[in-house]
Amino acid sequence: MIAIRVDDLSHAYGDRPALNRVTFEIRRGEIFGLLGPNGGGKTTLFRVLSTLLAVQSGRVKVLDHDVATNSAVIRQRIGVTFQAPSLDRRLTVRENLVHQGHLYGLRGRDLGARIDDRLARLGLTDRMHASVNSLSGGLQRRAEIAKGMLHDPELLLLDEPSTGLDPGARHDLWRYLQQLRSENGVTIVVTTHLMEEAEKCDSLGLLDRGQLVALGTPAELRAEIGGDCLTIAAEEPAKLSARIAERYGIESKLLGGTLRIERARGHELLRELVEAFPEEITSVSLGKPSLEDVFIAKTGHRFWNEAEDNNRETG
Amino acid sequence: MASVNQTLRQQLPAFWLPIWTLTWRELLRFFRQRTRVVGALGQPLIFWVLFGAGLRGSFHAPEWAPSGMSYQEYFFPGVTVMIVLFTAIFSTISIIEDRREGFLQGVLVAPVSRLALVLGKLSGGTLLALIQAALFLVIGPLLYFVGLGPSLGWHLSPVGWLAMVGFLGLVAFALTALGYSMAWSLDSTQGFHALMSVFLMPMWLLSGSFFPVPESGWLSWVMRLNPLTYGVAGLRRLMSPTLAEVAASSSLPNLWICVAATCGFCLLTVTLACWLTHRRSVINVR
Repeated sequence: MIAIRVDDLSHAYGDRPALNRVTFEIRRGEIFGLLGPNGGGKTTLFRVLSTLLAVQSGRVKVLDHDVATNSAVIRQRIGVTFQAPSLDRRLTVRENLVHQGHLYGLRGRDLGARIDDRLARLGLTDRMHASVNSLSGGLQRRAEIAKGMLHDPELLLLDEPSTGLDPGARHDLWRYLQQLRSENGVTIVVTTHLMEEAEKCDSLGLLDRGQLVALGTPAELRAEIGGDCLTIAAEEPAKLSARIAERYGIESKLLGGTLRIERARGHELLRELVEAFPEEITSVSLGKPSLEDVFIAKTGHRFWNEAEDNNRETG
Repeated sequence: MASVNQTLRQQLPAFWLPIWTLTWRELLRFFRQRTRVVGALGQPLIFWVLFGAGLRGSFHAPEWAPSGMSYQEYFFPGVTVMIVLFTAIFSTISIIEDRREGFLQGVLVAPVSRLALVLGKLSGGTLLALIQAALFLVIGPLLYFVGLGPSLGWHLSPVGWLAMVGFLGLVAFALTALGYSMAWSLDSTQGFHALMSVFLMPMWLLSGSFFPVPESGWLSWVMRLNPLTYGVAGLRRLMSPTLAEVAASSSLPNLWICVAATCGFCLLTVTLACWLTHRRSVINVR
């Protein structure tokens, strides 16, 4: 059962490309993470999936309906939680939820019961008569999620859901999402730039510069790199890289001030390197590959390179 | 048959409920911002008193005016339209804020027909405009008792009142739709204020609100082509039973022409608002 099918999707803002021929599928009942640095294209993809942006080229099917022609049906069946809060700040939490319910055709006792349930689930019951303006960022986030869940969507889209949440609240949010997936069979799509959050997803798509560079479960992605990951700090990393290549025939990636080598049986190589280049190497660490390593292996650059000068994503 | 009924029962709330809830929100927001209430009513009221006093001597009443009509009496329907215009502007300018704050995209991903979205926003703005105008229609004549206004006796029958309020509602709906279309296409409130000074204010000034339409010359043509001219003239006729009977002239067209022109204006702006809303535009996402 497929929840979302994206086929050869490209999108550009004017002449600035944001998505380049992206193709993938999301199965029903899984938590799917779109991982990538800011500006990688995940927000654009999110907007197309949530029917906000028109499809420019390619095909997108959400819950078996074409986004280009059948957005009305899709809107009824999906819940969307934006990165920027979509609450009316002058209204109370409850008023916002009533308004949201009405937009989805809910009313009366049914709506009241739903609101009470969501407020309780998200721990907002005692704040329901507070104006949104007076709530902390974390509480606003929770109200936002309550809003997206009100009409029991089959598919929930969340854009950077843990923005502004402290670690405790983040943990609660993920427990709630996992509960929704396993107990109610809701398909969940989250965009994130946080590795620890990506680890909690059932499947991941890695987006970089508008392209889908990898797809799979977190374990599958790590297995693709294989073995271990050595990170070496050196005084002159370029020179060291050349010498390692010369002596062992091993390619290493130069990232910032460090060298990175992916290899099976990394502990053996580590011992050899330290003995061979005691002067050059200032420190070495050996680890199982993280999702960040996967990202680096797939793109050849660090996760945060672009993010620093492109903090506020427009694409 | 039963299934048709059932579909209807499911679809009707899905159309009216969003309209109702968007209207309700508009009213709620308005009354939580006291300054807006003061601004949209206070300025026109002050204009009415100050211009009324300042231009009293230089005002030449048009030929259709009953003898002894003061400038303030002439200006009264124009100020009512100004209040409607201001309220319409301030309630539609919130679209730009809604977009910036993110609220709008929440509405756009909801299964709400775009027509319902437009109608919800427009009926909210129209209701607010009517409430403000009604306040002026009550407060304006009361100023006579403190010496700031003319003696304005209301001589309208209940049907006359209904017709006047109905017509004012039509004007408000058209102006709200105009403001809506402008706000929908702009991404900053500054841009809206700029358009307001070079487009909406002149439109009001050249509608016969402030001075009568001249018999000839370029100005007379500009004013005759201005759709709001017919809104002001229609309101003038509906407000005073004596004017209802006066023969049509360039500065006071026939009532039916006023109603027809205002309906056409309304249809045009509402269609524009719907058309703009129907497009999925990058300006609406953030």
